[in-house]
Amino acid sequence: MSENADRMRSYRRAALTLITVAALYEITARSGYFPRVLLPTIPTIARTLFDMLLDGSMILHALYTFYRVLFGFGLAIVVALPLGILMGRYRAVEGFFLPLASALMPIPSLAWVPVFILWFGLGNTTTVLVVFYAATFPMLLNTWSGVRSVNPIWLRSAGAMGADENAMFWKVIIPGASPFIITGMRQSFLRAWIAVVGAEMIAASSWGLGWVIFDAKEFLNTDIMMASLAVIGCIGFVFERLVFGSLERATIQRWGMVRAAKS
Amino acid sequence: MHDVVPASAFVPLAPGAPAEGEARWRVFARTAFPFLVVGLAWEITARLGVFPARLFPSLEEVAYALVRLTVAGILPHHAGETLLRLFAGFSIAAVMGVAIGIAMGRSRRAEDIFLPLVSIGAPIPGIAYAPLFLLWFGLGNFATILLVGFASSFAVIINTWTGVKAVKEIWVRSAQSMGADNQRMFRQVILPGALPYILTGLRLGMAQAWRILVVVEMLAGVQWGLGWMIFGARELLNTDVMLAGVAVIGIIGLILEKHVFQRLEDYTVVRWGMMEQ
Amino acid sequence: MPHIEIRDISLIYDTPSGSVPGVQGVSFSIEPSEFLCIVGPSGCGKSTLLNIIAGFLTPTGGEIKIGGKIITGHGMDRGVVFQDFAQLFPWRTALGNVAFGLEMKGMGKAEREEIALQQLRLVKLEKFVRSYPHHLSGGMQQRVAIARALAYNPAVLLMDEPFAALDALTRDDMQRLLAEVWRETKKTVIYVTHNVAEAVYLADRVVVMTPHPGTVKIEVPIRLARPRDPLSVEFLDYQKELLRHLGGGAVKA
Repeated sequence: MSENADRMRSYRRAALTLITVAALYEITARSGYFPRVLLPTIPTIARTLFDMLLDGSMILHALYTFYRVLFGFGLAIVVALPLGILMGRYRAVEGFFLPLASALMPIPSLAWVPVFILWFGLGNTTTVLVVFYAATFPMLLNTWSGVRSVNPIWLRSAGAMGADENAMFWKVIIPGASPFIITGMRQSFLRAWIAVVGAEMIAASSWGLGWVIFDAKEFLNTDIMMASLAVIGCIGFVFERLVFGSLERATIQRWGMVRAAKS
Repeated sequence: MHDVVPASAFVPLAPGAPAEGEARWRVFARTAFPFLVVGLAWEITARLGVFPARLFPSLEEVAYALVRLTVAGILPHHAGETLLRLFAGFSIAAVMGVAIGIAMGRSRRAEDIFLPLVSIGAPIPGIAYAPLFLLWFGLGNFATILLVGFASSFAVIINTWTGVKAVKEIWVRSAQSMGADNQRMFRQVILPGALPYILTGLRLGMAQAWRILVVVEMLAGVQWGLGWMIFGARELLNTDVMLAGVAVIGIIGLILEKHVFQRLEDYTVVRWGMMEQ
Repeated sequence: MPHIEIRDISLIYDTPSGSVPGVQGVSFSIEPSEFLCIVGPSGCGKSTLLNIIAGFLTPTGGEIKIGGKIITGHGMDRGVVFQDFAQLFPWRTALGNVAFGLEMKGMGKAEREEIALQQLRLVKLEKFVRSYPHHLSGGMQQRVAIARALAYNPAVLLMDEPFAALDALTRDDMQRLLAEVWRETKKTVIYVTHNVAEAVYLADRVVVMTPHPGTVKIEVPIRLARPRDPLSVEFLDYQKELLRHLGGGAVKA
């Protein structure tokens, strides 16, 4: 009962915070103290968002960004997942790729943007490659350490029950490493999402959410910027909560394998 | 969209970790080998002239650019300005982040007030705010530092908040029964108890600050800075300068990660056995 | 059920401070359908010996024959139950865990699930067939592990202190259940424990091991009618006898 009341009070306070912040913003925007173009009112932002959704331009921008991020992210998984598993299983592979990965990982993916622009020109290739670079390392390192941390007793049990290399791999190592693999995918997507927005700003090619924000700066279209920010936030949130959240619930949470730290 | 995990869950990176009884030079050779292979492949590609030499310089040229710029004092100047911005921005994030995080962890009211704001702000990549900040605060240092601080504070806030909430109730109770007052409870129990998480937050925040800063320097029209150096070199097709800049960025990133935070962790939470090395 | 023969098994560890014998010159044999307990204080090499029989460790000397054939490595003629609850695969239900060995044999889904269900019934877990291991108590998890090791019908069941991590009351229940399972299946069992009462309750014969180096001190047949009464005078006499063989060190038990 009191728990419920507690939660209600939390919701009330949360709503109150948001309303207060919104009201403060609105008052500041309307006060005329700052130029209107720099501080558009909330109805203006909503109106812009609505118009851009309606004429399809915002959806097209989002689709471009989506295409690039998923392409790069998918590429990273296709490369990093098998490589990470091989690194976890074979010392020779680990010995070769681990030093390279540790040397390349600390370089922020976006630092490569100018170099890639020079090599591949403005546009999709550069953006996808930057996303790929950003997403590869979290996936690689998590998969690698996941495979290494598969509980040896599972391998022993499976061995005693007659599992061959193939079964060991698909039925023990992959599910055993899945908490790490899923964490890796999560971190990878997070990096990919940051990288795509940043890369679109610099390697501009007239479409994409990152580009539209940056382009809006030139014309002082602050309302467009804020509308795009909202869309970026929503997509990020949806991916994090719905896509990866449900993946986790369907697998490692159901199996009780989520690391203690998260519970 | 920030990871909340105690630092112990982090991947221990040990390239070259020596196997038992392995000689030092062998460890070195083993670690150097992949770089030799990749370097050789790069060098062959560069010398064969598959790509224009301006766009794909040999490693020799990159190394020469690195030395030339360092001796001329240009590279140190760029790196110095970048580091200054990093520390200025990160300090804001560290102070504000830890303060807000602790407040959220200790007081229900603060949690209710800040949590909605943090949950709305965090899923947006920090870099997406860059144009807005540049518009509001103008091109230059002020906007850059503010943005770096703002963007990297979320990781600090969320981890600190989680850490304070994860402080074991049994520690709090035993401290109470030993007569700790509020202030001592905070300094002697809450803060050290939450430290593994706080350090993780700071580490993540620093990494984020570093990644964002490099791009913001490309956009913010600053005169000096590694990000600007790379970006500016593109205009003149100075690929060797760009690659040298990328290498320096990587090295600084590695040092920040490995040495600054590793030391801090070794000295505190690892020594207390709260986190494994 | 084949006869198992363990002949002159040794395992010498190479450590920086010289070679240390883990077990040395251990020999004994197990009759078909016999329940054999190996008892000893920690460090006497009893778990090492079991791991050698299971094929997870290779001895530095001696040989083990099952049904006349010398064993090399692990094989499906032996089922293993460890002490660690984590031995179950968390990503599989109780049924999925029990069916694993049959799946490895290439048996069809319907058939293997039928057999797995029977095994779970045997350990009285038919109500938890679809549960994941983390929803089961420690005792239940160990029962699944026993069912899992029995499911693919190995010749011998190897058990390494399977109940040592359970609380005392659950352990009593589990011992009773295991005695029942053994009576029904008539499996050959090699059971490692440091708990003397457990050994007297379960075993046909007890092998007593002593440490430094790990060797067999004596074999004690337990001639008590089943089901056994742990409070009977004879039972306590056997306990005393085993404790005497173990020397003062057995206070740990």
